[in-house]
Amino acid sequence: MQSLQELLKAHPFFEGLDDATVSMLVGCAQNVHFRPGEHLFREGEPADRFFVVRRGRVALDVHVPGRGTAVIDTVDEGDVVGWSWLVPPYHWFFDARAVQEVSAVAVDALCLRNKCDEDARLGYEMMQRVAQVMYHRLQSARVRLLDLYGTDRVG
Amino acid sequence: MSAEATARPAAGADPLVPRPFRVTDSRRETYDTVTLELEALDGGGLAFAPGQFTMLGPFGVGEVPISISGHPDRPDRLVHTVRDVGGVTRAICAAEPGAVLGVRGPYGEGWGAWDAAGGDVVIVAGGIGLAPLRPAVLKVAAARERFGAVHVLYGARTADDLLFGADLATWASEADIHVAVIVDRAPTSWVGRVGLVTELIPSARFDPARTLAFVCGPELMMRYVAAELVDVGVPGERVRLSMERNMRCGVGLCGHCQLREFLVCVDGPVFSLAEMLPVMGAREL
Repeated sequence: MQSLQELLKAHPFFEGLDDATVSMLVGCAQNVHFRPGEHLFREGEPADRFFVVRRGRVALDVHVPGRGTAVIDTVDEGDVVGWSWLVPPYHWFFDARAVQEVSAVAVDALCLRNKCDEDARLGYEMMQRVAQVMYHRLQSARVRLLDLYGTDRVG
Repeated sequence: MSAEATARPAAGADPLVPRPFRVTDSRRETYDTVTLELEALDGGGLAFAPGQFTMLGPFGVGEVPISISGHPDRPDRLVHTVRDVGGVTRAICAAEPGAVLGVRGPYGEGWGAWDAAGGDVVIVAGGIGLAPLRPAVLKVAAARERFGAVHVLYGARTADDLLFGADLATWASEADIHVAVIVDRAPTSWVGRVGLVTELIPSARFDPARTLAFVCGPELMMRYVAAELVDVGVPGERVRLSMERNMRCGVGLCGHCQLREFLVCVDGPVFSLAEMLPVMGAREL
């Protein structure tokens, strides 16, 4: 069985971090598992941790009054769920639900924020990595707003 | 562009005179898309290369360029998958078995699927863009041992917009093809991925240097997909795109489909990214 140190080091989100930094992160981390249908978090709850997905698929849901619940994004292994832990007011904006059996490492947000406050280099490193995740999700959302497949005339 | 034999209409035939084909089967793929099977009334069939198109339409209504979506080894059975987006396509979608449609072609340059033999193949489709790619997948699947890893990455608006559901399952289960599907949005009953089709590329395992990529979908989608493929290391000259422009004659006479120095109907519709890169971002085109 892999240690938390090994799990974090092998995950793409933490790729390239040195052993000392990963050791520091391990102090804020714990292994978690979710069964299909279980929620990692729900909209409005405090964003007190984020999830490094090792296995399985997580759906980000939003309830639309009169239209039911819609899946707006999914996150698979190798990616992370959640960035509201980094930005005030630290509340989740969507629901996160396990679509399949999910194994993840949960990272305590307050613990990590405190470490980032103490160590600006770590804070910058984390900010860069979260910014990359945010950048890709924002680009994806923007392109999907165009509803390209709904207007194409190929074929 | 490719070593694959490009099929042409019979020599001596007037390229602007349609041949009558009878609809033998009509299958609804989605709420707005229909697949028609047709046979030539003259019994001659229609040989084609994957990626080629015909000018198709009901007599007296009009004709539109539609890519062939059937099996390239079955020239006796012409298959077209058509989305209802206007007057002519609506009339085509409404054609029932027994109806007669006019067909000119096949026209254009295809994917050149054989050029991928010996290497990996990445096929990226968006929306109805899977229809022009289906013959290439069928061609590769029929000689699967000649190719390395084969990926079909398919993005659609919703699960209800996905085409060829049975094919996707068969390609994955029987042809050793890695099929990944992603939709823009979904209800909670959907257990697949939600997001942009480009998100499927990083997790697909292939050797970029020996990969040939075929991409078809809305032009903006193709731009982003091509950029992602180049990002992961696929050379630009090994990324092929199917371009769409307003084609009328199909034989390079009228110039309606001119795209800078290219006539899409005869030089394309399949082009390499290297050829299209200067054109795709040009706002006046």
